[in-house]
Amino acid sequence: MKPAPFVYFAPQTVDEVMDLLRQYGDDAKVLAGGQSFIPTMSFRLAQPEVVIDLNGVEGLAGLREVDNGLHIGTMCRQRTVERSPLVARRAPLLAETMPSIAHPQIRNRGTFGGSLAHADPASELPAVVSVLNGRFRIRRQRGEDWVAADDFFISLFETAVGPEDLLLEVEIPDLAPGSGWAFQEFSRRQGDFALVGVAVVLELEGHVCRQARLALLSVGEGPVRAHLGEAALEGQPMGASLLQRVAEIVAHQDIDPPADIHASKDYRRHLAEVLTRRTLSQAVARAAAD
Amino acid sequence: MSSRYFGQPVKRREDPRLLTGGALFVDDVHLPGMLHVAFLRSDFAHGRLNGVDVEAALQHPGVVAVYTADDLGDYWRPGPLLVPPPPIEGIVFHERTQVPLARHKVRHVGEPIAVVVAESRYVAEDAVAEICADIDPLPVVADMDAALEAGAPLIHEDLESNLAAHVVQHKGDYETARRQATRVVSGRFTYDHGIAAAMENRGVVADWDGREQNLRIWDTTQAPIPIRNGLAAMLGLSESQVQVIAPFIGGGFGPKIMMFYPEEVLLPWISMRLNRPVKWIEDRQENFFATTHERGQTHEAEMAVDAAGRILGIKDVFLHDGGAYDPYGLTVPINSQCTLLGCYRVPSYYSEFKAIFTNKTLVTPYRGAGRQHGVFVMERLLDLAAAEMDIDRVEIRRLNLLAKEDFPHDHQIIYQDFAPLVYDSGDYLPAVDKAAEMIDWQRFIAEEQPRLRAQGKAVGIGLVTYVEGTGIGPYEGARVTVEASGKVNIATGVGTQGQGHFTSFAQVVAEQLGVDIADVRVTTGDTREFQWGCGTFASRGAVVAGNACHAAALVVRKKILALASELLEAAEEDLELVDGKVAVRGVPKTAMTLGELAVKANPMRGAVVPGTEPGLEATTYFGPASGTTASGVHAMILEVDTETFDVEILRYVVVHDCGKVINPMILDGQIHGGVAQGIGNAFYEQLIFDDEGQLLNASFMDYLLPTSTDVPTIEGAHMVTPSPLNPLGLKGAGEAGAIPVGALFAQAVEDALSGLGVKIHEIPLSPHRLFDLVHGGGSQHGGGSQHGGGSQRGGGGR
Ligand SMILES: Cc1cc2nc3c(=O)[nH]c(=O)nc-3n(C[C@H](O)[C@H](O)[C@H](O)COP(=O)(O)OP(=O)(O)OC[C@H]3O[C@@H](n4cnc5c(N)ncnc54)[C@H](O)[C@@H]3O)c2cc1C
Repeated sequence: MKPAPFVYFAPQTVDEVMDLLRQYGDDAKVLAGGQSFIPTMSFRLAQPEVVIDLNGVEGLAGLREVDNGLHIGTMCRQRTVERSPLVARRAPLLAETMPSIAHPQIRNRGTFGGSLAHADPASELPAVVSVLNGRFRIRRQRGEDWVAADDFFISLFETAVGPEDLLLEVEIPDLAPGSGWAFQEFSRRQGDFALVGVAVVLELEGHVCRQARLALLSVGEGPVRAHLGEAALEGQPMGASLLQRVAEIVAHQDIDPPADIHASKDYRRHLAEVLTRRTLSQAVARAAAD
Repeated sequence: MSSRYFGQPVKRREDPRLLTGGALFVDDVHLPGMLHVAFLRSDFAHGRLNGVDVEAALQHPGVVAVYTADDLGDYWRPGPLLVPPPPIEGIVFHERTQVPLARHKVRHVGEPIAVVVAESRYVAEDAVAEICADIDPLPVVADMDAALEAGAPLIHEDLESNLAAHVVQHKGDYETARRQATRVVSGRFTYDHGIAAAMENRGVVADWDGREQNLRIWDTTQAPIPIRNGLAAMLGLSESQVQVIAPFIGGGFGPKIMMFYPEEVLLPWISMRLNRPVKWIEDRQENFFATTHERGQTHEAEMAVDAAGRILGIKDVFLHDGGAYDPYGLTVPINSQCTLLGCYRVPSYYSEFKAIFTNKTLVTPYRGAGRQHGVFVMERLLDLAAAEMDIDRVEIRRLNLLAKEDFPHDHQIIYQDFAPLVYDSGDYLPAVDKAAEMIDWQRFIAEEQPRLRAQGKAVGIGLVTYVEGTGIGPYEGARVTVEASGKVNIATGVGTQGQGHFTSFAQVVAEQLGVDIADVRVTTGDTREFQWGCGTFASRGAVVAGNACHAAALVVRKKILALASELLEAAEEDLELVDGKVAVRGVPKTAMTLGELAVKANPMRGAVVPGTEPGLEATTYFGPASGTTASGVHAMILEVDTETFDVEILRYVVVHDCGKVINPMILDGQIHGGVAQGIGNAFYEQLIFDDEGQLLNASFMDYLLPTSTDVPTIEGAHMVTPSPLNPLGLKGAGEAGAIPVGALFAQAVEDALSGLGVKIHEIPLSPHRLFDLVHGGGSQHGGGSQHGGGSQRGGGGR
């Protein structure tokens, strides 16, 4: 379990990173917190010829308020996001989710952007950033791009960040007033990747849902938006039987979960239904309390 | 003499070093010029090995040597049979032991094929990737039933079938019992594979010194002395030329006593051949394939009971998955067969098993060593009988327990130590009552459970019993020496893997010599320090080595008293040994330190009289006639989330009897660790193989060990029924905690889900499996695990 040989670069500026990426392209990989990347190298599943370490690069780890929300630098550690009062205030759903990611030791190293760029379908942040309508700032060889979450996650471990690109930061916009939100997942042990997880943001007007954003993790090739479930909520007054019906729609129509050694397709569907119902009720309660 | 140390909760003296990273483990051994070793292991569970091309690997910069089976010459031979089959009438046993490197055939994923020696482990692994092994895959035998079908592919082609052993043991006449029974309950029970997952993987450093003509080996073995003896013989060296050191070891649990692992045999040979020190440290992935597994049995069992619920007889027929080779003989299935009888009176018993070769990593004892399976079957049968006859689950156990007067109790079958299965002592009823009282059995069932159920909570309670045959022979020894400084040195041959030997052995000796425990130094597991003995296994360290320490301390005590009596001109009966001094009782000014006495016992002038020895030292051995039987009762309350099927343990009670206790804190630690492992075994851990014999979850991301958040606080109580078989009255405790947890889990979960009519006849469980049992789904494993990070897709070795 030792990585194959590689050449290591420790650049200090984003421009230097971009030069290296242009030079080595597909043969190179950037190293953020290393919590996903290093294990895959140790298993020799990844054998990059060049490793470009982002840990010494200036200006990638910021966490700041902007007019409409937060900007979180790609190298901002997951633990920093978890403990930030700013995040707790302006993005409480994010704050609530962070402790579900792995263990404190891993969050101390693991980065916010690393998790999103890695796009493991079992990870929490892609689903949560999706329902928060996050936007991604990507540096390309020619210029920069802002990409919406729906366009960012392409497929299994694949995002809008190309081999010669670098994710710079993520924008998390404020929730609309009257929003309720919730995140729940089911994992075998504290810190494990979840068998299923559900993130939801509901914008309510009185009892009626104006807009719903629902995404699930561990049920597909990436974060899976539950569009049919969302449509079934929008324009409707909130009530227990509706939430149960939506949960069934989500579990049986929106998703087609995979089977693996930890959970069958049926069990994942079942968990998706249970967790969707539970998160929706929690979000409704929170919106009402707001 | 009042007890200063024996029985006291003395803090473990080794812990400061262990906890601050100051202890020596095999991987801490760094020697000048040391080379590193990596293995090419089979990716196939079964295949014909046509050839191995190592040319490219040999050319790899930094590679010093590459060896395959053909390079080993006469050194290539199957390992020894560690435990021959016991003398049971009609026994069939086919010995097929592991080989150092595969030749002609590979028989399980991870079997070593070639070994690379290089300047670093990194380079060695790079070069391993360049070796080309030409393997034609053969049909795989992964399933026990299929293994015995006519025409099944043969794992060992010189045998007629994949049958490794066939054993029948019986007493009384079960068929008559069955005819007389009011009711017969039956079931098919399975217990699947798991691993010990010690915190430290295996490792070997071998250092042949050509000038000294000495071979030093650091090895994570639980049995350093047998390893030394075996390696010396294989390498053609004198035993005195070989030193095996088993330093601190991060957990043994059984697999580290599987002796003469390929790596253990090869490293010393390589070191001698290259005249350089070599190191191999098993990595976690290798550990999943290359270190032995356990569990893996299927039982068809039935129990005949009378109208009152008394057991008339039991019939059990089971298959035992032994993996690809069987060097450890039949210890595991014999343990299952014997331990099934448990704490109960069983007038007739018919037990038959077949051990089977499969294309899986070999199965050898792991904490519990087959006892889990037996306990599981017995306890589940009792639960079935209780349910069918509407008898309380605790009551049916009380009804069938052996009574105090029944001891010693002869079960009339042969145990793993080849002696008849005789329980030396025990007193089970008070332990059951105590556990029922601690868990508040009656009130929970009468009040608490209905109240919680009315709130929609699926809570369940369970209580099970078990025995554990412990402290078997043949013997261990110890040398106790009082040094001129007054400090006391103990040397014993057993290896130590975290059991607290440095504390408990010191307590035993300090007790007799009246010295401060801080002045007692313990050495274990270094063949240069002590060269007779067996090893640490079968919960025998305290019983066998502990009593050897005790016996040696008694001889030294006698020597001290004899010499002091002469010097102080006082009768031995009038002397006392306190605070490292010997004095005439009540006359403090006569006090002499043990150090002064030690100097006098080692005179520089005059003569040592024939028939006496210099020094205050003794070497003594202890060999019990047979094993001691420890026992216990576990009870738990748990809650099942009937939507997610997660299980939360609300209370866990252990009432345990291992005779006299040297150190209750260490004992608690043993029990807690065992229960934690048992919980893992019951609800988290399972090795999942596909039909091709590929292990699908060979990493800690997918093989789930319980963590601190999954193990509840354990409420414990000790009962003390001293063993008559050894002077200290001890029984072993090492494996106890792990043994009954599966049976308990099954019972309590079944109780919690009783409204849903679920029957639990298998371990391990999981939320997924409970979902299937409740919703009637089959298992539909996909390949590998879903997420990416660190998981090994598609299984397979390297
Ligand atoms: C035991 C364990 C448990 C875990 N449990 C969870 C869990 O429950 N949930 C969860 O979400 N995660 C979990 N993780 C993964 C963890 O959260 C990782 O930290 C995270 O997925 C990756 O972040 P990183 O900073 O470590 O990235 P790295 O591992 O360094 O990189 C991951 C990938 O992203 C790429 N990358 C990183 N940054 C950028 C960038 N700025 N631009 C372009 N590409 C980039 C890298 O090249 C690499 O391919 C677990 C990890 C471990 C070891």
